[in-house]
Amino acid sequence: MSELVNGESVHKGELTHYLKYTWKKKLILGVLVILTGMLALYAISAGSAELSPWQVVLTLLGQTDGHAEIIIWSIRLPRVLASMVAGVGLAVAGAVMQTILRNPLASPSTLGIAQGAAFGAALAIIGWGAGSSSSTSGGELLINNPYIVTITAFVAAMLTTMIIIFLAQYKGVSPESMVLAGVALGSLFSASTMLLQYFTNDVNVAAVVFWTFGDIGRASWGELGIMTCIVLVALIFFLFNRWNYNALDSGAETAKGLGVNVEKTRQWGMFFASLITATVVSFLGIIAFIGLVAPHLVKRIIGGDNRFLIPASGVMGALLLLAADTLSRRIIAPIVLPVGAITSFLGAPLFLYLLIRGAKLR
Amino acid sequence: MILAVNGIEFRYGSRTILEMVGFSVRRGEFLSILGNNGAGKSTLLKTLNKILLPKKGSILLDGQEVTKLGRLAIALKMAYVAQNFESCRQTVFDAVLLGRKPHIKWEATAADLALVHGILAKTGLRKFALRYLDELSGGELQKVVIARALAQEPEVLLLDEPTSNLDLKNQMEVLKTIQTAAKEKNIAVIAVMHDLNLALRFSDKFLLLQDTKVFAAGGLEVMTAENIAQAYGVPVTVERIQNQMVVIPK
Repeated sequence: MSELVNGESVHKGELTHYLKYTWKKKLILGVLVILTGMLALYAISAGSAELSPWQVVLTLLGQTDGHAEIIIWSIRLPRVLASMVAGVGLAVAGAVMQTILRNPLASPSTLGIAQGAAFGAALAIIGWGAGSSSSTSGGELLINNPYIVTITAFVAAMLTTMIIIFLAQYKGVSPESMVLAGVALGSLFSASTMLLQYFTNDVNVAAVVFWTFGDIGRASWGELGIMTCIVLVALIFFLFNRWNYNALDSGAETAKGLGVNVEKTRQWGMFFASLITATVVSFLGIIAFIGLVAPHLVKRIIGGDNRFLIPASGVMGALLLLAADTLSRRIIAPIVLPVGAITSFLGAPLFLYLLIRGAKLR
Repeated sequence: MILAVNGIEFRYGSRTILEMVGFSVRRGEFLSILGNNGAGKSTLLKTLNKILLPKKGSILLDGQEVTKLGRLAIALKMAYVAQNFESCRQTVFDAVLLGRKPHIKWEATAADLALVHGILAKTGLRKFALRYLDELSGGELQKVVIARALAQEPEVLLLDEPTSNLDLKNQMEVLKTIQTAAKEKNIAVIAVMHDLNLALRFSDKFLLLQDTKVFAAGGLEVMTAENIAQAYGVPVTVERIQNQMVVIPK
């Protein structure tokens, strides 16, 4: 660091404290990335056909062929990548929603977006017969037109978002109250789904219920590609806005004073966060708690600076969802539990622990 | 003239908050906006920074109409410290670094960090640099938001009750820091003040608002017992003690 900048002498020692502190955050981010990578390697190698991590590495480098190659490239790799991409997406969406709505409760599952998607899926399966197959042999077979279900779920989820943004923009609902509006919309959609289920046959009900269980296994390479593109675009958008989000953390008026176009930042932030949520939920079903827990966990460790919070939340989300999915595959193998249940099951106690620790720290 | 305000009018629905308000400030001047609660002081400050849009009138910042400038263009010249500020999980250093936001393109430079560092030293916040805002006292937090505004390196500094949360020692320190910065860097300071005696001590110019209108504006000569008594609706005497003007309510 130079001794004279802008005519003011710099106390070297003090500034290094800050640089060290920043380095520490980068280090934690790096450790998280490495942990996720190691877990990914384990997740690819573990399964009914056991492979060694070394075999996995060789296969990924194109050094082997035959049996292992097929298992890895067509089954395990898309699943592991999908859980990582979805984890990044949900966590980053949660982190940004919490900042722009100034509400620690904001997350994809508390804003009614997931319930909106579930209603859309139910409408497609029950209303439009996209799932009225007579087969009962397996869950996947209950839905015979997955594209219509996915598209309807996506449209319904985005519609929910548009209603929330509209309420905030034109009806003067404060950002702080938007979570309340989301809860109201969520219960409206849940009730609608329930009514649809009440008036249909048991096969359709089973199909809807099965759809709402989050399941990473639904993603193939095509879906993974779409999901990755959307998450990537949104992530870049969020990173471009990281200083704006930091300013918003200090209150809307302060942010305006710092040159932030608060309304635009909120609208676009909500749009991209919801786009991620709608995409992930309509492809994979409802995966609760990742969007809420990952950012809070990261905030406890490295603080709320969005320059680090956004990327670290993303990695944390990938790590958590990958861990949950691996657990769901391994815990009573060969049966695969719905990952949405695992995330809630582990997420809720973790969240309570965070709250209690937070209260103690004060 | 860095800021020239002319015929500002502002309404919330049918309720008039500001009527035909006009004044001007030069670089290096400290202007105090005074008046009772509800006289329109905070609203006036917000219209100056385009946080609220006036219905009528013009605000010229260095010759340019503020209402036609973008937020970033305004932020490069004018800093605003709100009356209510919120604490969050940011360190003091990061919170003050945020003041560099209008100047930062992609990431803060070494010069930005050095500037923040110097300001932390000046405002006595150095030992708190890596503390989280939600672990600070109200007074420390108030110093942080003022430090942030100084880091913005504005030409005009707008402060809404900058000393409301501070004890006597910190009131003097903070206002002295602001005064010094104003003189050294030639910043125009416009502050909504509640404490008449602090205003008399630190400002060069005064704007007395009464019930949406300017009651009196000018230098020390407008701060007469009659003017203050009428603007505030309380009888007062103004005396000189140890070469310092003091207002005492009767």
